[in-house]
Parts: sequence; C-alpha cells; structure tokens
Amino acid sequence: MFLAHVNSLEASIFSSLAILSLLLAFVMLGSHWLRNYVYAFAAESWLIAALSAAVGYFGGYRELYAIAILTALFRGLVLPWLLVRIISHLNVKREMHAVLQPSSSLVVGALLVMFAFVIANYMNHETATAGHVVVLALTIMISLKLLGFLMLSVRNEAISQILGLLVLENGIFLGSQILVPGMPMLIEIVILFDLLIIVACFGMLVRYLVVHAGTTSSRELQRLVG
Amino acid sequence: MAYDLALILFLAPAIAAIASLILRQPRIAEYLTVAAAVIDLVVSIPMLVSVLRNGPVIALHGYVLIDMLGTWVMICIAIVYALSSIYAVGYMRLLDEEPRLPLFYALFSGFAFTMFAACVMNNAGVFWIAIELTTLISTFLVGFEREAESTEAAWKYIVVVSSGISLALLGTVLFYWGGSFVLGPTYAMTWAALHQSAAQVYTPLLTVSFLLVLVGYGTKAGLAPMHTWLPDAHSESPAPVSAMLSGALLNASMLGIARFLAVVGGTRTSRFAHSAVVSFGIFSFVLAALFIVRQTDVKRLMAYSSVEHIGVQALGLGFGGVLGVAGTLYHMLNHSLNKSLMFFGSGNAMRAYGTKDISRIRSVLRTFPASGTLWLLGAVGIAGAPPFALFLSEFTILRAGMSGRYRWAAILFVVFLIVVFIGFLSHFRSMYFDQTAEPGEKLSGLAWRALPMWLAFAPILILGLWWPQHLWSVFARISSNLVGVAQ
Repeated sequence: MFLAHVNSLEASIFSSLAILSLLLAFVMLGSHWLRNYVYAFAAESWLIAALSAAVGYFGGYRELYAIAILTALFRGLVLPWLLVRIISHLNVKREMHAVLQPSSSLVVGALLVMFAFVIANYMNHETATAGHVVVLALTIMISLKLLGFLMLSVRNEAISQILGLLVLENGIFLGSQILVPGMPMLIEIVILFDLLIIVACFGMLVRYLVVHAGTTSSRELQRLVG
Repeated sequence: MAYDLALILFLAPAIAAIASLILRQPRIAEYLTVAAAVIDLVVSIPMLVSVLRNGPVIALHGYVLIDMLGTWVMICIAIVYALSSIYAVGYMRLLDEEPRLPLFYALFSGFAFTMFAACVMNNAGVFWIAIELTTLISTFLVGFEREAESTEAAWKYIVVVSSGISLALLGTVLFYWGGSFVLGPTYAMTWAALHQSAAQVYTPLLTVSFLLVLVGYGTKAGLAPMHTWLPDAHSESPAPVSAMLSGALLNASMLGIARFLAVVGGTRTSRFAHSAVVSFGIFSFVLAALFIVRQTDVKRLMAYSSVEHIGVQALGLGFGGVLGVAGTLYHMLNHSLNKSLMFFGSGNAMRAYGTKDISRIRSVLRTFPASGTLWLLGAVGIAGAPPFALFLSEFTILRAGMSGRYRWAAILFVVFLIVVFIGFLSHFRSMYFDQTAEPGEKLSGLAWRALPMWLAFAPILILGLWWPQHLWSVFARISSNLVGVAQ
C-alpha cells in the first residue's frame, strides 16, 4: 500500500485537503441557498483535484495528473455550470421546507462524522503515521457518504437531491485517491463520465417533473404510497 | 465459440436500438426489437452449452468473463427480453404515443444491452458501471408515459437507486483497497483476484466492504428495506418495461450479490455474509407478504410479489450449498417466466378496464376468456402452488434452509408463504368471481399480447412437472464453482 511509506509532510498535506473538503460539505449543510451548494460543491471538487495531483506527485503516479485535470474540468466546472443552468431554469432559489433547519442539520452532521470515525477506526489496522492518514481518509469518505444521505433525506428540492448524490460520489472519489491511487485509470475515467451522464439525466428529469408533476419538491411527490 | 455467440448477442440489441433511432419508423422499430430479442434468446442457449463444454472464456484484456453463472442469468434476461418485446408490440400501440415509439424501442433494447453487459463483466468496477447504466436507461422507460405518477416514479427510482448503488461503489473501492495489501497497489479488479486476496484481508475491513456492497446491490435488487423505489417504478412503467424490470433487472443485480458472496467465500467473513443475505431475504419476504395482503392496486400487487421473490432468491443464496444455489438459479428462471406472464396479464386488465384498482377489475374471464385463464393459472403458480415451476424451486430452497443453520428463517419462510398464497389469490378471486361491475372493453391487438403469455405459461407448467436432469447438473456445477472459488 502506498500510504505505508508516507512521510509527515505528505501526510499533513493529504489530511488538510481531505479535512477542507469535509468542511465544505458542512457549508452545504448549513446553507439554504441552492447556489451556495453548487459553489461549495465546485470548491470541493477543486480540492479533490488538488489531492489527486498531490498524491500523484508524492506517490509517483503519473496518471493521477490526468485524473486531476479531468476532475477539475468535469466536477469543478462542467457539473456546477450544468447545475447553475438548471437552477436558473427552475426559478427556485432556496430550500423552502427542509425537514431540518440548517442549525440542527449541522448538529446531526457532526454526530454522523463521529459515527463514521468509529467505523473507520474499526476497519483500520495500520499504526503510526500511515494509520492516521488511513483513518482520516476512511472517516471523511464515510462521513461524506452519510452527509450526502442526510442531505438527501432532509432536503426536498430536486437540485438539493442531485447535490446530495454528488456529495456521496465525492466521498468515494476523495477516499479512493488516498487509499487506492493505483486503481486502474480506465475505471476512474469511466466513473467521471458516468457522473456527467447522471447529471444530464437528472437535468432532463427535472424538466419532466416541472411539466408533468408540477413541482420539483419531493414533499409534493406523494401520489405513490403503500 | 462462446465469444462469437456473445458478440452476436450484444450486436443484435445494439443494432436494433440504433436502427430504431435512425429510421424513426414505429413499425420497423418494433419488429426489429422482436427480431433482436429472439436472436438473443436463440444465441444464449448454445452459449451456455459451449461454456459448459469448453469452460469459461476470458476476453478483452481480462475485462470480459463468460462463465456459467453469468450465462445462466443472460438466458433469463434473454427470455424476458424476447417475451416482453413481443408483448410490447401489442401493448405500446394502445398507448397513443406513435411518434415516440422508436425512442421507446431504442431504450428498451439499450436496457437489455446494459443488463447483458453486466453479466459478462469480469471487473468489479466495470460491473458497477454496467449496473449504473441500467438505471440511467430504465429511468426513461419508467417515466415513458409522462404522466405525473410515472414522472414521480422515475424520479424516486433514479434518486433512491443511484444513492443506494453508490454504497456498492464504496464497498468495491474498499475491496480493492483490501486487495492492494496482498496484490500490490495496482492490479486488475477481477472477481478471481478479489477472491484470491480476500482471505488475507483484515476481517473487519472485509466485513464492512461486503455489507456496503450487499446494501448497494440489494437496493438495485429491491431487497427490503431498500425496496422503496420498486413498487413505484414497477407499477408506473408500461407493462413490458415492468416485466423487464422485474424478471430481468432483479436477476442482474442478484448476480452482483452472488459474485461478491463468492469473493468472500471461505474467509472469516463468509459466515457473517451468508447470515446478512439471509436476514435481508427473510425481511423482504415477510414485508412483501404483508403488503401483498393489503394491496389495492393490481400492478403494485405484482411489484410486491417481486420483492417477495427476490427475497426468496436471497434466502437461497444465503442458505448456500448445492440445494440453495440450485434452487436460487431455478427460481431466477421460473420467476422471470412467471412474473412476465403476471405483468402481461395485469397490463391487459389495466388497459381493458382503464384502471389499476383491483376493486374495479371484475369478471376478468368474461373479458379475456383465454388469456384471463392463463393469468389466473399464473397467479396460482406465482403464489407457489404445484404443479407450477416456482413450487419446485421454492421447495428446493426450503430444503436447503431446513438442513442448515438457518432453520428459523426457513420456518418463517413457510409461514409467510401461506400468507402470500392466501393474500395473493384472494385478490384474484375477487377479480375473477365477484360479479359487481361490468366487464372491460375488448381492445385490438390481443393476439400480440396473448402470444407471449402462452409462451411464458408452457415452460412454467413443463418445468414444474419435470426438472430436467441437465439443468440440475448445470446448477450443481455452478454451485460447486461458487463454493469452489470459495475454497
């Protein structure tokens, strides 16, 4: 495993980039404004790109530079642009009826991060510096997952749900850069493209929702139950 | 040989999809789809024979693996694809969506293509992508009718399934990470490599990875409590699509669970993994049984029956052993046939009566003397009664359960089988023999819609009376492969 030989400078660079992206997920949780979500998501993607580049540089994985550029391009520019377009098309500026207020969702989010830490610690058997980075990476990977699920469940706007999904995927992407930088590039690239297709599909569906269901809020999607 | 047949199998739906899009002729599109589907069915069977004779084929730099298990699932998918594309000819003409039909058939064949692709993937990461693609394509099939309900169902489908399946991706990455301790930082994420390294991976890591994968693909397979998208998607999509979602897609996702179960086989996680699969299976079964009893909507009734049967398949896989695996594989085939028949029947009823409400569908036999009889017999079959095929496979799974560690689950299974039987058939009794409302109207094109019902019914009856010895030996070999990988 590449982390086994990591030195303290590298460890701290990886850790701070990862922690910053977790913080950005909290920015998304704490805001009502849809545009803020998108900006936070874009910033998070740039951080992940920086992380890829850093891992590529220190670990000697040349192909990660390409992944970094693609990440910055797709997740940092194209996806946010698509999302902003959908938002302006929809005329919805903020989350109106979230189940949880931003303040309480921040608290729940903090609890989830603690839970993620417990699981991460359980899964790790490395010691010393490598252990720190591993536990941190796993914690952030799982917390982003849980925070994404939290956003999906307490927010109702279609855009928030798309962003919740993207946060889920960001968690995996971030963790995999640190834990498995050697993963075959083909797979990472395909997953990147896959995301693009997902968002395109979502974009089309959102339009259908407006036209045929008359709402983009999942609170009002209540016809099918039981 | 198997590789060439696989090429034909993939080319046929691809050509049908592209030609439908380019030519934009509804009639040509529907016949092309039927032709492609029939070709796939015809090709898939010799593919299995060839794999049986010459062993599995690995191609395209190790990314493609044509093995017995995958080919078996492909046969089940090909059967549903063939039956429902024939049914679609009769059904989709009723929808008054003539200009959008080519698009429908293109998506339909594309959907089949992605499911076939999932079956031959040798790389856990690419398998995940294939499964994700099935979601993206089928979303638009679910929402095809563009009414408020179907759009809502499509939205819930894509949100719930994509988020669920992202857990499987996390699990896959963790599997890869675990393997990298043994195989070095870069290696091909094939099933064999993952299995080879699994025994040496730190056990808690392996356990968490497996759970994530199980929940992820379990969401796609419709295991409760992640099944919430399923009743909506299955009930709101056009009937041929419902049949594909239920008869084919669920099998493709179960394949993922089976493959990962084989990956962790023989490790210290294996026992826990089997228990987890059994627990999800029995929970799905019980929950679906309860929802079946109080259902008022005919297509949701079928959808919950899918949850029930996917629970049965999970039980079989979890029980394990030759009986469990053979029962599951037989169940896949029988469920594909029987559930297609059921969705076709409910599609007919829904169109004739103009409602999905069970209480407004009455005197079915007066509206559909022949195909109505098939639907009723199919209902008896899907409730698990002899002499139909599902009885045999459920009985095998039950035997597997009674002889192992999970006797409690097997007993619960029997009890709730009775609940399902009573619940399911009482709905059919009221639809057939309560004489309150006037019968439905007769619609044109019934021949197209009755033919696939006959084609589905005949094998259900035959396979229920006679379990071919060859099939049994195929299952025994697949099962020893699954366990054999495990040792």
